[in-house]
Parts: sequence; structure tokens; C-alpha cells
Amino acid sequence: MRRLTLKKDLILIIGLSIVLFFVIIAIFAPLITKYNPEEINILSTFEPPSREHLFGTDELGRDLFSRVLYGSRVSLFVGFVAVGISVFIGAILGLLSGFYGRFVDTIIMRFTDIMLAFPSFFLILAVIAFLKPSIINVMIIIGLTGWMGVARLVRAETLSVVGREYVLAAKISGVSSFKILFKHILPNVASPIFVIATLSMSGVILTESSLSFLGLGVQPPTPSWGNILTSGKDNIIFAWWLSLFPGVAILMTALGYNLFGEGLRDYLDKKL
Amino acid sequence: MLKYIIKRLISMFPILIGITIISFFVMHLAPGDTVTIQQSLNPKYSETAREKFVKMYNLDQPIYKQYLIWLKKFATLDFGDSFSSDGRKVIDKIGDRLPITLGLNIISMILIFIIALPLGVLSAYYRNSIFDKTVTIIVFIGFAIPMFWLALMCMYFFGIVLGWLPISGLTSYNFDSLTLTGKIADVIKHITLPIAITVFGGIASISRFGRTSTLEVLGQDYIMSARARGVSEKTILFRYALKNAMLPIVTILGLSIPGLIGSSVIFESVFSIPGMGQLFYQSVMMRDYPTVMGILVIGSLLTLIGNLIADIAYAYIDPRIRYS
Repeated sequence: MRRLTLKKDLILIIGLSIVLFFVIIAIFAPLITKYNPEEINILSTFEPPSREHLFGTDELGRDLFSRVLYGSRVSLFVGFVAVGISVFIGAILGLLSGFYGRFVDTIIMRFTDIMLAFPSFFLILAVIAFLKPSIINVMIIIGLTGWMGVARLVRAETLSVVGREYVLAAKISGVSSFKILFKHILPNVASPIFVIATLSMSGVILTESSLSFLGLGVQPPTPSWGNILTSGKDNIIFAWWLSLFPGVAILMTALGYNLFGEGLRDYLDKKL
Repeated sequence: MLKYIIKRLISMFPILIGITIISFFVMHLAPGDTVTIQQSLNPKYSETAREKFVKMYNLDQPIYKQYLIWLKKFATLDFGDSFSSDGRKVIDKIGDRLPITLGLNIISMILIFIIALPLGVLSAYYRNSIFDKTVTIIVFIGFAIPMFWLALMCMYFFGIVLGWLPISGLTSYNFDSLTLTGKIADVIKHITLPIAITVFGGIASISRFGRTSTLEVLGQDYIMSARARGVSEKTILFRYALKNAMLPIVTILGLSIPGLIGSSVIFESVFSIPGMGQLFYQSVMMRDYPTVMGILVIGSLLTLIGNLIADIAYAYIDPRIRYS
């Protein structure tokens, strides 16, 4: 691995800093703010930003700053679990498809095409209509409907590796298919998987916030950036701060993961 | 060409079947059986109506039979009656709403194409210039910005602070009393914000894609040989680069249809536009399963049709596809 340099890896460094910033905020939220994000205070509703309440307060007098801080936990948690699910499914299907070829490949790729034909946001909403909106359901559903890109990428990468000499050598010397797949092929396709996982984080965070905004994701009183924006929308005429701060937080987080992913791709490309 | 279209149509068939199977599976995620849900929503639901419902969805049949019967109904676009109080046929409800969503999305797609293509080509041609860098920054923001939030901010700024544009619905209250030009102006005013935001979101990915494909084209030997022959830069840019960069964009535009349809749920509920997206959202909230199922299937059909049109357009522009 090459050392990071400020000049060559500026995008990577900026992205990584933003990502780390929000991770640290999520972990240390209770130390940063003295307010409980769910504590209602009827005497101080809709207060504009002040020294006491940095981001102001909402319709129930809750401190917006601490709600946004704690909201980063939700988006981070949903992001990691959903991306984990998509990458797991996508990587396995992609590996099998690229390694075995023939009808295994045909079946898996057809299934991928079918899943891609659904407007995924429709599919997610439909499933939530039948189950009930909760943070767990949202994570699982976003994960289950987001693996197709990973599968296609891993398949393409596997195809480019599967004909190499070391794979043939392993086959000839009688190494089991399972071992070839996970010990020889997987490590060689790991870096693009890591890049696409990072880039998917932003998409998942945006989807989760849209769902919570529509009232079909994380349910109040648990603060999530999306559901804070729901009350931001209802009170936009006189409480702009409710809409501004959570939106900026979503934008920055998504931007952070995108920059991190793009920078990582360039960095891993230049490694050789 | 006809042969190509027929081949393409046949290859769509297994995907179509797959869509129906997954949709059918989604329907069976419902807690308990669908019948009890409807009863709890509507206490006046009589015993005979319940029997009718069991019969309509054939819930007393084995599952493969349920699927086959459902498939037969699906083939004739019969999604049953809505659970909502109007009790209308689902397909009629969708029929009322679909033209609005389709119209808005088609206008958006045309605008995305017109704006993103030159943006991508030019930023590739002048790569690393200030123009290219500005476009890149805008693209990155476009990728990361939550569209419903951008909608909210634009509503606040253009609708409330400046008061330039209406912030909800498709028409004003006095719409019926307006003259024809007044009516057109009124609708245009109402759709400006939702379309502008959709287009902004679409431009990000499409222009990025156009940039990459133009960079590829500009590195080709035939561009170098054209330059060597003294072909003017203007011709190279417009006749060679633009034309070739257009091809992959047609495909990506086709692929972006599910995203556009999906985001219509958000836009139509933020801006209170009475389209299919809003209907879908309301049906999800009300647990109106027949309508949810109907829109899910129609939405994926639209995606398939969109991809088919994109493929045909591609084959029409590029003869290599037709003959391979």
C-alpha cells in the first residue's frame, strides 16, 4: 500500500474526514450535548437557534442540536447494516455467477434483471405497506433491494480473474471450488467491493431519510434526520431551522461517503 | 430492425414472469390473511363481502392456483377493487393518475437529456478547466443532496420568501375561471419547481456518464486521424464526439426510469400533485393492498417499456447493434 499524500489523495482525505467526523459524533453524542433528544419541554417550543439551543427547538420543545446528533446514529446504523446485507448477497451471487458460468450465471443474472426492473423505491414502499415501518424492517428491505449493482460488479471482476494462471493451477492441483472461490478469487475482487460498498452508503442513507420523511421509516420519537424533516415541512413557514440543519447533515454525510468512495477507487487504481 | 424488436420482446418475457412472481410474493407478506385486515379497516364489511373477497383473491385455493388465477387477472390488468372508501376499480384509479406522472416524467427526461448531454460533452472536451471543475462539484452535490429536502428548501425560498411560485397542487383555485393561456401559464407555474428539482437530480448522473463516454471517444484513433486531416475542432466536437457520446446516454436514460418513477412518490407528496406517486403513497398509508399491488406492477411494466424504447432507439442510432 502506498502512503496517502495530500496532493494526490485530496478527495479521499476530505471524504474520509467527513465520514469520520460523523462517526465520532454518533459515538460520542451523549458527551457532546447535555440535552436528551427525546425530552419534551412545552415551555420552549419553536425557539430559534440561540446559545442555549444551538439549532433551536422543535414543536415539542426538544433540543434540535441533540436530535440531529443522535440522528447520525440512526443513519449510520441503517447504512452499515443495509449495505452489509446488499454486499453480502451481491458478492455471493456475483462470485457464483462468474465462477460457475453457464446456467448458474443465466439464472442469477436473469434474477438480477428482474429485480432491476422494479422501481426499487416502489418495491420498498410496497413491502413496508405489508409489514410495518420500523428501523429493522427498513434496514432489511433496503438491503434486500440494493444488491444488484454489487452482483454485476463482482461477476465482472470474477470473470476477469477466473481465467488467470493461479486459479487454473489451484483447480489442477485439486483445490475444492469453495476454497478457490473464497481463498483465491474473493481477495482479488475485494477492493472494488469495498469501493462500491462505500459508494452505496450514501444511497442507503438518502433512501432511509426519504422513507422516514414520508413517515414509513424510523418512527418518532426516535430522532432520525428524515423524520425531523417531516416536522420541518409542516412548520416550514415559521421554523426554517427545523428543515435546514437535518438536511445539511444528510447532504454532508452522503457527500462524505461519495468522496471517500471516489477517492478510494483512484487510490486503489494507482496502487500498482 | 423488426427482427431485433421481436427478439427483444421475447427476451422480456421471462422478466415479466419474474416480476409477477415477486409481486405475488410481496402480497403474501401481509400479516395474517388479507381479509382480516380489510375487516378491521372497515367494520361494516359484511360476511357476504368477505366471501366475495376470499373468492376474488382465491384465498381458499392452494398457493400455485392462487398465483395462476392472479396471473390471469394481471394479464387483463384486472387488479380488483380498491379498499378505500370509494371502492373503485384499481385500474381506473391508476388510469386517472398515470397521465400526470407520465407527463411530468417525460418532460423531465427530455430536459435532462437536453441539458446533461452538452454539459457532459463540454466538460470532457475542456477537461480540468474551471468549467469542468464547476460541473464536477455540482454533480457531486447532485448525487448527495436529498431531493425531498431540496424540494422543501426551494418551496421555502421561491414559494414563501420570494413568493414567485405556487408550492402545491397542479392548478390554482381559480383555474376554471382562467382563459386558455391563463390556464397554461398556471399549470406551467405549478410544475416548474417539481420539474426543476427532478431535472437537477437527473443531470448529475447523466452528465457524469456523458463526460466519461466522451473522454473515451476523444481518445479514439478516428478522432486523432480527423485532427491530422485538419478537420475543424467544431466538427470534431459536434459531429464526432457528441454523436458517439449520445449512444450510452440513451441506454442510461432508459435505466434511470425506475429511479424517476420511484422519486415521483416523494415529489408528488411534497408538492401535493395528484399523480400515481401520490396515490401510491396514500395507498401505502391506508394499507390499500389492491392499489399498492396494481401500482407496483404498473410501475415495473413502465420500467420494462422504457428500457425497450431505449434499446430500440439505440439500435436505430447504431446499426452495429441491429446486425450483431
